[in-house]
Parts: sequence; structure tokens; C-alpha cells
Amino acid sequence: MFPEIGQFSLILSLFFALSLALVPLIGYWKGNRPLLETARPLTFIMSALVLVSFVILSLSFLTDDFSVLYVAQNSNSQLPVWYKFSALWGGHEGSLLLWVLILSGWCSAVALKIRTLPEDIGPVVLAVLGMVCVGFLSFLLFTSSPFARLLPDVPADGGDLNPLLQDFGLIVHPPVLYMGYVGFSVAFAFAVAALITGNLNASWARWARPWTAASWAFLTLGITLGSWWAYYELGWGGWWFWDPVENASFMPWLAGTALLHSLAVTEKRGVFKSWTVLLAIFTYSLSLLGAFLVRSGVLTSVHSFAADPTRGIFILALLLVLVGGSLLLYAIRATEVRSTVSFGATGREAWLLLNNILLTVLTLTVLLGTLYPLIFDALGLGKISVGAPYFNSVFTPIALLLMVFMAVGPLSKWHHTKFSVFFKVCSISAFIATLSAGLVVYCYGFGLIAWLSLTVAFWVVCLSFSDWFSKVSAGTKGIIPRARQLPRNYYGMLLAHLGMVVTLVGIVLVSVNSHESMLRLSPGDRATIAGYEFQFDQMEQVKGPNYVASKGQFTAYKAGKAVAVLHPEKRFFSTRQQVMTEAALDAGFTRDLYVSLGERLDDSAWGVRIYVKSFVRWIWLGGLMMMAGGLLAALDKRYRKRAGV
Amino acid sequence: MHPVRKKRLLVITAIVLVLGAAVGLVMYALQQNINLFFSPSQIAMGEAPRNANIRAGGMVVKGSVKRNSDTLAVAFDVTDFQHKVTIEYRGILPDLFREGQGIVAQGKLNNDGVFEATEVLAKHDEKYMPPEITEALKNAQRSTGESAESAQSTY
Repeated sequence: MFPEIGQFSLILSLFFALSLALVPLIGYWKGNRPLLETARPLTFIMSALVLVSFVILSLSFLTDDFSVLYVAQNSNSQLPVWYKFSALWGGHEGSLLLWVLILSGWCSAVALKIRTLPEDIGPVVLAVLGMVCVGFLSFLLFTSSPFARLLPDVPADGGDLNPLLQDFGLIVHPPVLYMGYVGFSVAFAFAVAALITGNLNASWARWARPWTAASWAFLTLGITLGSWWAYYELGWGGWWFWDPVENASFMPWLAGTALLHSLAVTEKRGVFKSWTVLLAIFTYSLSLLGAFLVRSGVLTSVHSFAADPTRGIFILALLLVLVGGSLLLYAIRATEVRSTVSFGATGREAWLLLNNILLTVLTLTVLLGTLYPLIFDALGLGKISVGAPYFNSVFTPIALLLMVFMAVGPLSKWHHTKFSVFFKVCSISAFIATLSAGLVVYCYGFGLIAWLSLTVAFWVVCLSFSDWFSKVSAGTKGIIPRARQLPRNYYGMLLAHLGMVVTLVGIVLVSVNSHESMLRLSPGDRATIAGYEFQFDQMEQVKGPNYVASKGQFTAYKAGKAVAVLHPEKRFFSTRQQVMTEAALDAGFTRDLYVSLGERLDDSAWGVRIYVKSFVRWIWLGGLMMMAGGLLAALDKRYRKRAGV
Repeated sequence: MHPVRKKRLLVITAIVLVLGAAVGLVMYALQQNINLFFSPSQIAMGEAPRNANIRAGGMVVKGSVKRNSDTLAVAFDVTDFQHKVTIEYRGILPDLFREGQGIVAQGKLNNDGVFEATEVLAKHDEKYMPPEITEALKNAQRSTGESAESAQSTY
């Protein structure tokens, strides 16, 4: 009974989404105030209905209702209760429902804040969001309903959740990632609404900025969580694989980063308007493209859902309609919104333009690498894969260049900056950075690339600090009161930039200073890696809630003293007949000890991976700092003012 | 020159320079780092280049996995049910590596026709099959079907 109510409420919400997409627009064209004002209640009703069906599906999971096909495929009565809940987004249908739920959540958030917008623009933004909702709700209803029943032959038990996904990481990673992905539809809706109404001025950028910053922060956190999850759960200790699906989340992030910066220019200076609109459309298209790559199964990836061509075609159609439609609108209207203000070649605008060019190029290189196998195959040239070396060798130099300029931009002033202003501080910083990085590299015997990257890292830190210091030391008031007066926006930027540096340091040190080895060990054996002595103490059998495991015990010694006891496991999940590696970690601020079991080789010997990873936590620490920076920028006071005040 | 045009020229030069450098980098990196996939049949026919980075894959032949008793070295055969190729690897095989399952390996084909793998990939979900393998199996099946038919027609 309940699943039918869930299905019914989804159908109803599709009707409300349809009216949301149409009624306010009619109101806008007719100049009819009551029709415009329907946008808010329509959004709330639509979101409430989606929430109802989400709650019903979660109840079906929690009560083990295996008459629902999707529950039977992705859950099992033996599953711990929190995994029963998160199994909801372990497969295609449920994760799409989560996507729609989050989308309607963003719509409601916009509806709640609608009073900060002029009376005729807010409803148009909601109407555009309504169109996006129509697209995804019909995708859900027509190709992948999660409420399909398995009647009358109800299975006694479910097929279980993929053991890889039975993990804390899977509970949090998809919702946060989707918050980011889907959040860009708000920036997209603002851009399209601006094109429809022709109201594309600096205040447009001010409205779109906090939403973009918030979704960017969520996407940053989602990618960080995904990387951390891959590191400890996949059992081979990598933190980024350039897997097509990782790229699918990384491309909107790169484009979104560019969007954040160009929105800043549009808001402050009123230039780059049409480019910013295009970038908002581009960013959202990339997040749709990501959805297409993940759900259509066209690319080989660890994330692939069981492939179904009709779904791929549906998303492709959705992509064409939304992106094609908005680009068409852009082509018609963009000439009207061209900037009339000029900008200086030496001002901050120019640096941010450079930022945008570099970020766009980075996005395109990742896009090319991701789609190249598809293009190659479509041309009949054979099956290829583009490996991580491609991405590393293309991405690294451009990204380093970007970071060099990242520190210079904030120093410069709008419109025009005198060369002498930053010559002194830049040359001092360059000197300090080169020397200190050189010292580190010399002491530890790293190579040239590490020296370059660390120089860039120190350079950004020096310049950021001197910029902050020059801002707080100017004037007569003391440092602390002035530091308090600086806007949150500024601190958000500072934090995000420093987060980028922390991530860079992590990446560099992990790649040049880690020690990895694969060994054949039996209980009692010892191995020395990077100054740590690992002893394989014993092996035992343990039983978990829905698996049995071989659990090893390793003790790590440094200079004869025990520093950590590690328990890597090899779990066997009987429902799916699947083996899972559970790596054991001893996390630290400057190093991680990582032990994971390979296969059992004979009666006593096991293949064992032992890694000593240098500064790997910094990669995610930097991600967290960037997220905090994004949130801080989104919460800046001046975005809370009402329209027209 | 008019200042607006001068600025535009500057912007366009910057874009062209960055794009040009990026395209050069991309071309170079793509040349070095694309890995073509070859099925065991293609390798048996000599279509695969020797000592170049390629990928190969198929179903692991039952009973073909041989391990060295002192090291992590392992050798096994993969097949598309037409031809076999031997893969040698030193390291830890993925969790879902099993006899009778589909795998893809990355590495080089040496002069003895043995594939020396640097990486062995298995799928992460037992329902999921790498598309390369599905296609290789399909192709192999088609050619066996044809040869069976042509064999019949000669009678």
C-alpha cells in the first residue's frame, strides 16, 4: 500500500512541477501579480510531495519490504540498520530519488529567500527550477521508478547492498556530493532568469553569488569525502584515480570555481556579464554530463550502475533540451547584456580573467581526457583508455600556473594597479618561497617538481599573509579591530586559497615521499618500510553481522618502540559471495601507516600491502578548509539585505 | 591603437597563448598515454604491438593460475574462448580476481608472446562486466559461429 502512495505522490509532484514551470512565467508575461505569486506555494507543495515519497521509500528499506523490487535488489534483512537506510541511494533509482529530493530542497530554499529578490525575478527563477524538476521527475517516473513491485512472488530476502558500499563513506558521500551537483542548478536558474527578463546587472551577480558559493562548498566537501573513502575503502591506498566518474564530479567543480571568480568581477565591476552567464550554463551542463556518464554506463568505471541504454538516452535528451534551450536563449539575448564598462589590463579584472581562462582550459583538458575513449570508439579506431599519466602531465603544469596567479590577484586593485605596488612584496615573497622550498627539498632529497610545487605553495602563503597584514595595519585603529572589520567574504577567500595550498603540499609530499611495498608475509614475519618495522603478529577468524572475516594483526615499531597496532581484514559477504578488503590505518598529521591484506597465498602466507604515506591527511584537510571558505563567503552579511534596500 | 582594441588584442593573445600551450601539452600527453585494448585473439593473430603499453583482457582460464612459492609473482591465462594469452604479474591481485571471471590487465607484450602486466583490474561488482571484454567475447563468438558454419558448408 505505502509504495503506491509514494509513487502517487511522485506523480502529483510532477504535476506541481509542471505548473511551477508554467504559471509564474505566464504571470510574468501578462504582468499578472497573483499568477507570479503562485510560485512560492507551488514550490513548497512539490517539495513536500517529493519528501513524502522519499520517506516512504526509506520506510520500505527500514521495514525490509522486499515486495518492492528496488529494496529487494539493494538491501538484506541481515544488513545493519544504518546501512538499510543508506542503501536507499546505493543503486540507480534510489540515488535519483535522492537527487530529486535535494533538487526540491534547493528550490524550497530559494523560495524561502525569495524576498531578497525583486518581485518579478524571484518567481521566474523558481519557474526555471521548476523546469529542471520536471526533467528529473519525469526521468525518475518514466525510466527508473524506485517503487516498482515484485508481486506476487515476494522474495524471502534481499540481494544485499554491494559490500563496497557498506561503509560510513557511502552514508555521507552521495548526499553531500549531490548537494553540490544539484546546487549549481540554482546558479543556472538565475542565469536563465536573467536572460528571460533581460535584467542582467550587477545585482544579478550579487543574488547568484551566495548560492554558487554554497553549492561549490558542498561539491568541494563531496569530492573530498569521495577521495577519502576511495583511499581507505578500495584497499589500494590511492586518493585520486582520474576515473571517469571522479572526473564527472571534478569538471563542474573546476567550472564552478571559475564561475565563483567571474561572479565576483560581475558584482563589483559590472564586466564579464555575458561570460558569467555562459559559465553558469556551462557549469550546470557539466554536472548533467556527469550524471549522464555515471548512469548510462558508456564508460568503464568503478562507479558504473548496471547499464541501461534508455536511461542514457533520456539524460542525453534532458541535457540537449536544458542546455540547448538555454544556449539558444543566450544567443538571442546575450547581445543585449554586453558590458559597457571597460576594465584595465593591469587591474584585478585582468587577473581574474586569467584565472577564468586557466580554469576553463583545465576543465576542457579533463573533459577531453574523459571523453577521448568515447570519441575514439565512435570513430572505430579501437578501444582505448586514457590513463592517469595523461591527466597528471597535462593538469599539473596548468594548475601550478593557476596557483602562481592565485596569490597575485587579491593583491591587485580593481581597474588599475601600479606595478610598483606589488613589485616589492612579490619579489620578497618569491625570494623567501624559493629559498625555503629549496631548503626542504635539499634536506629530504626531493626532485625538481617538488621544489617547484613547494615554491608555489610558500609563495601563496607569503603573499596571502602580506595582503592580510597590509589590510589590517593600514589606518589608525589597532590590528584586531580592523581584522574584525574585514568582510567574511575576504576571509572565505583567504581560507579557500590557503586550503588549496594545504592540498597541494599534501599531494606533493604523498607523491614524492611515500613508501609503498607489496610483500609476501606469514605470521611472525617482519618487514621494514621507511624506518617503521611492521610485525605480522597473527591471523584470526571473526564474524560480523553479515560477513565472516580473516582479521590480521600487525604491530608497527619505530626505533624499537611499538607505535601502532593495525587490524586489516578480508571480509567475505555470503549473500553476494563477494570478498572485500578492509584496510587498517594509523592516521597521523604528517604520516599514515596503511596495511591491507591481499590474497591468501598458501596455508600461512598472505600478500600484504604496507604503505607509509607522507602528509596524506593534508589533501583532505585542504578540502575541508576550501569548503569552510566557500561557506563563509556564502554567509557574508551583505547578501542578506532585502531587494531594493 | 584604440585602447579598447588594444585590450581586446591583449585578452585574445592571452587566450591563444594559454590554449596553444594546453593543446600542445594535451597532444603530447595523449600520444604517450592512450592504451589500446587487444583481445587474446588479436594478440594471437599478431595484431598487438610488442613492448608497447597496451591493455589485454578476457576470462581467466580455470586452473591456470600459478603462483611462485616465495614471491608475489603469479601467472595465469586469459581467454576469449578462441585463443589464450598468458599474463604474468608481480603483486597483489584485486579482490574480485577469480578463475572464470573477466579481467583487464595493463602492461606490455614481450617477445615470447607473454603479457607482462603492471596492473590487473577486475570489476568492483559481480554483476558488472568491463565493456571491452563483453565485446571481445561477442566478436570471438561471432567468428566461431562463422567458422562453424563455413566448416559445415564444405561437407
